[in-house]
Amino acid sequence: MDDSHLEPGAGDCADSLKELYTFLDGELTVERRTHIRQHLDGCQNCYEAFDFEAELRIVVSAKCRDEVPDELRARVADALNKLRQGDEPVL
Amino acid sequence: MADQAHFAEQAMEHMPSLYSAALRMTRNPADAEDLVQETYLRAYRGYGGFTEGTNLKAWLYRILTNTFINRYRAKKRRPEETEFDDVEDFYLYRRLGGLEEARAGRSAEDELMDLFPEQEVKEAVESLPENFRLAVLLADVEGFSYKEIAEILDIPIGTVMSRLHRGRKALQKRLYDFAAERGLAPTGGDPEHREPAQRG
Repeated sequence: MDDSHLEPGAGDCADSLKELYTFLDGELTVERRTHIRQHLDGCQNCYEAFDFEAELRIVVSAKCRDEVPDELRARVADALNKLRQGDEPVL
Repeated sequence: MADQAHFAEQAMEHMPSLYSAALRMTRNPADAEDLVQETYLRAYRGYGGFTEGTNLKAWLYRILTNTFINRYRAKKRRPEETEFDDVEDFYLYRRLGGLEEARAGRSAEDELMDLFPEQEVKEAVESLPENFRLAVLLADVEGFSYKEIAEILDIPIGTVMSRLHRGRKALQKRLYDFAAERGLAPTGGDPEHREPAQRG
């Protein structure tokens, strides 16, 4: 893999990489976003770096899921019910 | 004003993501369960102050995070954030990028899914310094915007971005170290200056 384009510097690659996460986070202006999309269409190196980071995020997010224990669900529902009964307004 | 009677039906659907976040925060199932329960009780009591139609999930996360910080936050902050100051940008990509070329027809996502087992990803996130961990969890696992994270953590947006930037590098370093320990990734630090193979 040629990663010389990852080094800081000037030019479209450096500018795009600087904004990689802001781009993936969906926090760029439409104008910057369009500009980066156009750059990625023409730059295989940057496209690969962006793709890698995007895929990595999908993997991290997918693997950080846990099943809620039934016991916890029941415990919370029960506690809320009790609160609710205790909070009934006195007529 | 939001009606408490509707609270349970609105809020219960967020429990899986709140519970997962609580596990990453406390690193302990018993504490995570207590944290989730306390979050729901506090949210129920405060539900009158929630503006219906605004982001309920973000509001619940704000309560979860505050409860965690007030009650469960470790006294000693370990590890230090500065431990990761030297980690380069694109740490993993520099070392593992091009991995997807190794086996034709597979995407980077498939390769990374296989390379990092679920338990390792969880441990990597849980091992991050707390400020980094919360930012990465909220952005990369839960998909909150910078503005939402700023409100949840009560910090400026610039701080959100800085913690995310440093936290993501730290996470990549941890993931790489885990993979390298298992011999699944090339070791030797700087990919540009790998040690020559030992001669027999």
